[in-house]
Amino acid sequence: MFIPHTEVEKKEMLKGIGVKDVKDLFTDVPEKFRYPKINLPPGVTEMEVFAELNDYAAANEPVGEMVCFLGAGAYHHYVPAAVDALLRRGEFYTAYTPYQPEISQGTLQAIFEFQTLIANLTGMDVCNASHYDGATATAEAGVMAYHHFRGKRKKIILSPAVNPQYQEVLCSYLCGFEDVDIHSGKLHGGLSDQPSDLGALIDDQTALVVVQYPDFLGRIQDFSSLVYAAHQSGALVAFVVNPIALGLLKTPGELGADIVVGEGQPLGIPLSFGGPYLGFFATRKEYVRKLSGRLVGETTDAQGRRGYVLTLTAREQHIRREKATSNICSNQGLMALAATIYMSLVGKHGMRQVADLCYQKAHYAASEIAKIPGFQLVSKEPFFHEFVVKCPSGIDEINRDLLDMGFIGGYDLGQTHPELTNQMLVAVTEMNSKEDIDAFAAALQEVTHG
Amino acid sequence: MVEPTIYEISSNGRVGFRFPESDVPRVDLPDRLKRSDLPFPEVSEVDVVRHFTHLSTLNYSIDKGFYPLGSCTMKYNPKVNEAAARIPGFSATHPLQPIETVQGNLALMYGLQEFLKEISGFAAVTLQPSAGAQGEFVGVKIIKAYHQSRADEKRTRILVPDSAHGTNPATSSMTGYEVVGVPSDARGNVDLASLRDICDETIAGLMLTNPNTLGLFDENVLEVIEIVHQVGGLVYGDGANLNALLGIARPGDLGFDVMHFNLHKTFSTPHGGGGPGSGPVAVTQKLADFLPAPIIGIVEEATEDVPPLYGFITPPKTIGRVKAFHGQFGVLVRAYTYIRMHGPDGLRKIAEHAVLNSNYLLSLLRHRYTLPYDRTYMHEFVLEGVWADAPDVQALDIAKRLMDYNFHPPTNYFPLIVREALMIEPTETESKQELDAFATAMLKIADEAHSTPALLKEAPHNTPIGRLDEVKAAKELVLCCWLPEQE
Repeated sequence: MFIPHTEVEKKEMLKGIGVKDVKDLFTDVPEKFRYPKINLPPGVTEMEVFAELNDYAAANEPVGEMVCFLGAGAYHHYVPAAVDALLRRGEFYTAYTPYQPEISQGTLQAIFEFQTLIANLTGMDVCNASHYDGATATAEAGVMAYHHFRGKRKKIILSPAVNPQYQEVLCSYLCGFEDVDIHSGKLHGGLSDQPSDLGALIDDQTALVVVQYPDFLGRIQDFSSLVYAAHQSGALVAFVVNPIALGLLKTPGELGADIVVGEGQPLGIPLSFGGPYLGFFATRKEYVRKLSGRLVGETTDAQGRRGYVLTLTAREQHIRREKATSNICSNQGLMALAATIYMSLVGKHGMRQVADLCYQKAHYAASEIAKIPGFQLVSKEPFFHEFVVKCPSGIDEINRDLLDMGFIGGYDLGQTHPELTNQMLVAVTEMNSKEDIDAFAAALQEVTHG
Repeated sequence: MVEPTIYEISSNGRVGFRFPESDVPRVDLPDRLKRSDLPFPEVSEVDVVRHFTHLSTLNYSIDKGFYPLGSCTMKYNPKVNEAAARIPGFSATHPLQPIETVQGNLALMYGLQEFLKEISGFAAVTLQPSAGAQGEFVGVKIIKAYHQSRADEKRTRILVPDSAHGTNPATSSMTGYEVVGVPSDARGNVDLASLRDICDETIAGLMLTNPNTLGLFDENVLEVIEIVHQVGGLVYGDGANLNALLGIARPGDLGFDVMHFNLHKTFSTPHGGGGPGSGPVAVTQKLADFLPAPIIGIVEEATEDVPPLYGFITPPKTIGRVKAFHGQFGVLVRAYTYIRMHGPDGLRKIAEHAVLNSNYLLSLLRHRYTLPYDRTYMHEFVLEGVWADAPDVQALDIAKRLMDYNFHPPTNYFPLIVREALMIEPTETESKQELDAFATAMLKIADEAHSTPALLKEAPHNTPIGRLDEVKAAKELVLCCWLPEQE
């Protein structure tokens, strides 16, 4: 299939090497452990494996066959056909990291355009070539801030309304630095917590304050006094953002962010059970040398023709070795390309339109659900495309009943936030029609009022 | 020809994609929350398709030709993998859906965990790490957590041989360890005397790449592992070079305690121009409790007529989560497909042919290029790209000249222990004809290096663009497109 050698060719090659048998090439491997028995099912043909995979896939109930109101960090959006058509070009997806710029200009220019689009979307000056996902990009913000202060400021303050998985990943990354101290505020059951509550935690030991915008609960909060307090004490501020929301919302750059990170999945990347996704990381120009990960810069060749190269590589692990601040090597190149194509195609007009559709439909859904007896809209502040509703019974039970009716219900906040038991985080996107929303509200009423 | 940027082809008012109009009553976002301008391009779908198609033609790729990048395992990426990952039953599942609605995904992931355990000879596997470097990070964190769980606080150092994979030192320091180098001996193995000297009770572990980045299987691997184990250290196996060992030897059997896989190398998932990768980690039984959470397990055993229920399990002493959700699922589907198509015999043939190709190609080149270690190689080998009688020419020039012959250059300047290193990994998917053609080009370049060195110094000549000014890029730091004046 994928090994082209004929028996005749193999013999010629072995002769060229000067050995009789291919087994003679493995004599350095301790004999006792050579050629172990591998207990795997025998190989099958493409036709057979595809049938098996179809069986696996058929055991799932994908969002396309259901009506989905689940978000919490991964969102069901429309992916225009042109995105995957271009992504499937072998010239893109079977290329390696562009270490040889003369024969990698396609990848390099696409990343350069990605850096530009994300910088413009977030209101930042520079953006790198991507991170694994929104969670690891958030963690790298913590790592960058720690190194920015050369380890002299040891405190990182996390808003309690940052995605709980991102908080976990940040802790996993930073606990290698024994003395880093991570503080997070508390959420209030009625969502009455304010960003300014975190102000009391900020002191001259604080390296970084991390907030989410819109936050994990969908809220668009006012961060102005918190950002002011952080900057007053010399700390950096990182915003974790949803890129679709920035089609409408004021940029984190305008709001004073020093670092903007986020999950790029909503930009033309399928849900795919959680990956591969796309972490992005943007910052202000003065911190560019502190950025981890790959960066593409513009330059010229000997004839003065414009071209692109990986630049500032001296920061990276393969050059700085143990002195590098991150070991990141692979990025999410192909996913960054998907997002670049999506942002280009949808463009200035479409980015606003899709953000507006999410906002409109989420607000319609919230008002419809709030009308159901026993349900209460907990979100009081402005929200984008997710909101919190208090339900009359357990979310787990409601969601099970909804499944039978063809709906994937919202995220059960009680799983990760005990103070929010019986509260559901509902996500609405352009994929949900008015009809879907009405049916969902009717289903919620039915399952809770049997 | 220089391709304009997407901003340079933008035209005010042009639209590339329309969403449907809203079907719900209008509610306005308060003005104070709105952004002013959105500096995004305005282009049509045709503009976008042509722009990115033009860009794609400027790339070299496996689909186009031979890609002998050492330690990167640029093998052919089967097309069925792409079709598999795009089956809507997989690609349209949300990571937080109730487990009952994603049993297909979970069964596949469970199956892949089992496959990787069997292939590597370990007791447990996590699929969560996003790439090789993150797999290393997880592996070293597990080593650290293991020592801490035994209240063994004196271990502050990690050993990294000079023939190890490039990310290893940064990984160790990211986890708070001091990195200690270990030299190689004259045969390219870990130097046993130096290792014995360094090893004491402050050693947390050793990060061993085997076969190493010279392409050599360490002849003393069992002894190396034993020396580290004797002082209470653990041994980490960098799986970047696992392609050479499939069905030949299992790292778990050799005594390694933990290793990572690169699904985008060994198991044929595409590199995507720099990712996504995927870096599952395997461990022995005594380290299984430390794996990142969650892993996939059976939460309700099968009965006579009901299949098992797969779900998420949190190992009791987990080091925590290293990525959102459950791993690079689309990559996992591709790797599963590949392993399933090969089976045990097919996997062994991969390693055998990778090693056959490497030694065959070496036999064609070794009389014209200096080979620093004269041994049988595994899946790759390292030559010196320099000759005493052609003093102007360096490895970089050879690499650039190869592009004129329509080949991707080998990895150069790595490993650091070989002067002007050219690290060549042909992989099993290249035919004898392809290897012969590459060797012919390499030999011709060796001639040119002596007769017409300028041809190499100025190479490449036939690529879309010439050698680029990297100093200027770093100095001027233009990291974003020029934006047209806003209206």
